[in-house]
Amino acid sequence: MKITMTVNGDSVTSEAEPRVLLVHFLRDVLGLTGTHWGCDTSNCGLCAVLMDGVPVKSCTVLAAMASGHEIRTVEGLATGGTLDPVQQGFMEEHGLQCGFCTPGMMLTARALLDKNPDPDEDTIRQAISGQICRCTGYATIVRSIKWAAAHPAGSSQAETPAETPAEETAEVPA
Amino acid sequence: MQIPAAFEYARAESLDHALQLLAEHGEEARVIAGGHSLLPMMKLRLANPEWLIDINDLADLDYITEEGDTLRIGALTRHVSLLESDAVAGLFPLVRDAEKTIADPLVRNRGTIGGSLCQADPAEDLSTVCHVLRTELVIRGPNGERTVPMRELHRGPYETSVEQNEILTEIRWPIRPRSSSAYTKVERRVGDWATTAAGACLTMGDAGQIEDVVIGLTAVGLDGGTATRAEDAIRGQQPGEELYAEAGRLAAEDCNPVGDQRGTEAYKRHLADELTQRVLRKAVERVNSTTAARS
Amino acid sequence: MTAIEERPANPAAAAENRPIGFGRLQRKEDPRFIRGKGHYLDDVVLPGMLHGAMLRSPYAHAKLISIDTSAALAHPGVHAVITGKDLEGLNLAWAPTLSADVMAILATDKVRFQGQEVAFVVADDRYSARDALELIDVEYEALPPVINARTALDADAPVIRTDLEGRTDNHIFDWEAGDAAETDAVFARADVVVTEDIVYPRVHPAPMETCGAVADYDPIDGKLTLWETTQAPHAHRTLYAIVAGIPEHKIRVISPDIGGGFGNKVGIYPGYVCAVVGSIVTGKPVKWVEDRSENLMSTSFARDYLMHGEVAATNDGKILAVRTTVLADHGAFNATAQPTKYPAGFFHIFTGSYDLEAAHCKVTGVYTNKAPGGVAYACSFRVTEAVYLVERMVDVLALKLGIDPAEIRLKNFIKPEQFPYQNKTGWEYDSGEYERAMRMAMDMAGYDELRREQAEKRERGELMGIGVTFFTETVGAGPRKHMDIVGLGMADGAELRVHPTGKAVVRLSVQSQGQGHETTFAQIVSEEIGIPPEDIEVVHGDTDNTPFGLGTYGSRSTPVSGGAVAMVTRKVRDKARLIAAAMLETRPEDLEWEKGRFFVKGDPSQGKTIAEIAMGAHGTVTLPEGVDGNLDAEVTYDPPNLTFPFGAYICVVDIDPGTGVVKVRRFIAVDDCGTRINEMIIEGQVHGGLTDGVGMALMEIIDFDEDGNCLGGSFMDYLIPTAMEVPDWETGHTVTPSPHHPIGAKGIGESATVGSPSAVVNAVVDALQPYGVVHIDMPCTPSRVWEAMQGRHVPTAGV
Repeated sequence: MKITMTVNGDSVTSEAEPRVLLVHFLRDVLGLTGTHWGCDTSNCGLCAVLMDGVPVKSCTVLAAMASGHEIRTVEGLATGGTLDPVQQGFMEEHGLQCGFCTPGMMLTARALLDKNPDPDEDTIRQAISGQICRCTGYATIVRSIKWAAAHPAGSSQAETPAETPAEETAEVPA
Repeated sequence: MQIPAAFEYARAESLDHALQLLAEHGEEARVIAGGHSLLPMMKLRLANPEWLIDINDLADLDYITEEGDTLRIGALTRHVSLLESDAVAGLFPLVRDAEKTIADPLVRNRGTIGGSLCQADPAEDLSTVCHVLRTELVIRGPNGERTVPMRELHRGPYETSVEQNEILTEIRWPIRPRSSSAYTKVERRVGDWATTAAGACLTMGDAGQIEDVVIGLTAVGLDGGTATRAEDAIRGQQPGEELYAEAGRLAAEDCNPVGDQRGTEAYKRHLADELTQRVLRKAVERVNSTTAARS
Repeated sequence: MTAIEERPANPAAAAENRPIGFGRLQRKEDPRFIRGKGHYLDDVVLPGMLHGAMLRSPYAHAKLISIDTSAALAHPGVHAVITGKDLEGLNLAWAPTLSADVMAILATDKVRFQGQEVAFVVADDRYSARDALELIDVEYEALPPVINARTALDADAPVIRTDLEGRTDNHIFDWEAGDAAETDAVFARADVVVTEDIVYPRVHPAPMETCGAVADYDPIDGKLTLWETTQAPHAHRTLYAIVAGIPEHKIRVISPDIGGGFGNKVGIYPGYVCAVVGSIVTGKPVKWVEDRSENLMSTSFARDYLMHGEVAATNDGKILAVRTTVLADHGAFNATAQPTKYPAGFFHIFTGSYDLEAAHCKVTGVYTNKAPGGVAYACSFRVTEAVYLVERMVDVLALKLGIDPAEIRLKNFIKPEQFPYQNKTGWEYDSGEYERAMRMAMDMAGYDELRREQAEKRERGELMGIGVTFFTETVGAGPRKHMDIVGLGMADGAELRVHPTGKAVVRLSVQSQGQGHETTFAQIVSEEIGIPPEDIEVVHGDTDNTPFGLGTYGSRSTPVSGGAVAMVTRKVRDKARLIAAAMLETRPEDLEWEKGRFFVKGDPSQGKTIAEIAMGAHGTVTLPEGVDGNLDAEVTYDPPNLTFPFGAYICVVDIDPGTGVVKVRRFIAVDDCGTRINEMIIEGQVHGGLTDGVGMALMEIIDFDEDGNCLGGSFMDYLIPTAMEVPDWETGHTVTPSPHHPIGAKGIGESATVGSPSAVVNAVVDALQPYGVVHIDMPCTPSRVWEAMQGRHVPTAGV
């Protein structure tokens, strides 16, 4: 059947079987491999994309069901070559290690900040509670999202000086 | 990842269109709303419908409306809407209590109350909530509308009395004065099905007694939906710890938990007792604080 | 006491937050990941590529009677269906494992675990391949399975490995370390002996990216290009050459970006081999990516050690000896990955951080009808099991004697002046200052205040627990004389080239799965030679353009490959000195080095930067005798010893007495990994490992029912912590450099996974003191905790 949707601002049309999952449509048909998958039971949340601005698990949405809707993937986070503050925040605060859960985390963060520009830690943790990270232990993801909240216009430099970590660790002279 | 077997797809443009498509494609057609119950089963090939009828465009089935002494919820209302609705939280706090524990934020963005009730998973939190609220369900078919009380909705695990050619359209919750509710759930982790959960809704009388009460339990095989012996034992009584303990004891006796990876039978039975007490206590607190706030 | 001085970060660079060398540096690999431009295995798309899918056994133990593939072959889009019989013809139905056993690639005679590979479909696309699986008709004859490892050696236990000639039981090996007689003598005279059965259940590394491969065999050239989710590309290449008979120079293994390894991506899985065969048979590239249930049910699990621990001590808490016997459940094939001479890995580090008079362990490995594996999930080769055992046992002892768990550890630590320390099971611990780290953790936690709070809460019937753990790991395998995997010595190579314009490329033998190698290894080079990290390209993962090495696991990248990189950079720097001397017309010994530049002693304005020296090397400068025209070097580094990171962890939990639900309130972690290359990356590694510990302690388990059905085959039941189950981590560090390592670094990748489970379990047991609980097995689910409060232990089916 014919599937038409808006992906990252562009209208796309393609043929696909009704059973094709949105995640496969994005990856295999459109070649947008930034959206990942990690389970069979709709639990891990790696596949999160924004559908009409709202985070959903693209492995549990048929491409057919997404037809006629607006989809935003990680490839659509940056606008005109400028990184989204969320993307900058993840780099500043080491919110990623292997990077596999990162696209979904950043999109959920973007949707959260659009609704709630200054969320507290608990709100952030709840917002990402449907997405699993095996690498970071989540604290740096929370910091990354807080950085983005504190820098809604991003940063003008490629890298901004980070806070010295001395306060956070007990430095002991050798 | 797993993928479904092949099927045909149609998108309903109206409720009548949806009913017409169901009639046309018969036994092997299923309605799909949020899809977070049906699609996972299809991906594991535990469900293999030949036709999927997508009703997500039926925006006029997505509403929360207060009308007199009834709160009317459209079947297509998403979990997130129920969670975030202050109207719902004000009238029926147990709904927000429950929604906070249902799945996770992404699933709640898609899943619907109608879908959850029609999936009829034995561990579905909203089923218990609807039992506790003495829900009336509106079902539309080719011959018009009928109303069914919650206890007649589920025939068994994954089986409802919604016929093949019908669609659940509305959920109705009676609004009663001097009433409140609470829900609490023990789960191994965020997003897990309940190990055990309990919900209670009660109405207080003039003399501060529990005039009416419904107690529901999740995932412990409570036949008929509510803990009737526990309810009978406390109806008309003054609230208090001994009363809650008695209700808990009876609720635990009447359930049929099965030991599994989530918990032993003894543990689940204990939770039936403990959690019943907690939701009764909380519901009473809530009624009293609302009354105090009003006075 | 160490020979390596601590290197302060370059102050000028730190001000711009771009250190030239060690320090907090944002990762060089991030730009592609945050744009969704990572290149992972399932992103590999080749022209004409086909897709594979695996049919797996529903039975834990059954005879394979027949397989009918005709309907599957006739399905549209299907190119091939491969069975064990087909592989027998190619001598590939069975392949050697990393533990001197053999394992089935596709079942021939029997299936031996639920999920075992039975047939492989190759089709146009993944949807057709999946559909075709349903059309394969397999006839099985069910056999009674061995599920409980404790019954595996019963006289009447069904024999699993009937494929091995003369096999009459399910015994794999016995292995001992330490002195049994000496230990028995110490136990005999001890004031106090405590014993406990301690299970480390079967868990799974479950990286977010599942395993997969894309095989592309070129029949004209005879070359196999194999993309694989592998932590050890070179070892794989050599193994494929040996097993598949393709000459090694005709195999190229490429590890693309990997979405987490954690030891899951070390071995060669049947799916990879089938993809290779599929490509050879169809003449097209074949991609195979497993789904999550396949990952959980068939790839390398971790742990499954049934341990019995005993501690002998004096009445005032001096630990004299530790003794343990272990039943090791290896599943249906012995496929663990660890150095050859150590079938139980490094379990004999179970003596922990304590100065003992004696120690002994005996480990018995057995087969069961479960998936093969055992060494994975950041275990540092069974160090997780060893640390968990000793740290639980020390708490059991502390409870018995009524001594505070922190106090008893402080009392028994190996002292700084005792290093290098020879423990009672053959290890030489390189360096450590244990008390310093312990006290720092206690300070950060506010330990005394916590105990006061706990006392108050206990009066009110509230359950609060404080769990203490101190771990010493042994990582960085290792000296090739003692450590090899299937005969390949565990040395690793590094190559460095400085280009004429002064930029550089360093080629590594290890493979990142998220640890930040593209940043940290550039920092090591940068520290030694002064080229900024952004001017250093780090190449890894492709056997065609990287030096040989054994790969990334067991926290060995920094200790071994990091050592190699430091050594190779020094070699280049030494050469640069000779060339600089020639350019400055002076003697090499008259030059001084400041990071990035040689200058004449006493005349700093006379100098040459590395970039100038590189241009000189490749230019027209007259080079000294014996020096050739480049600024390149290569090194294979054979580490003289393992390294011994350590740490002090304190976990605070609150337990709801009515439901048994455990909430982790705080977690304080003080780690010592020796010299610290990038504190941001170190902290990230620690956070991730601490989360593993909470997961294992509270919710993770791969369990089985008595028929051998796997109960942990999806993320609905294999539960991994979300952001809601973990606190904000509180981390600290001390630095005790490794005396033998070129930069004094010890490695950090697995420390937190090793140390954290016992911290959480110790906290849970501590919280349950009012109920007299001495031990509770993982995972401490609410049900298990509540049952423990009632005095009942809840077994798992498989134990």
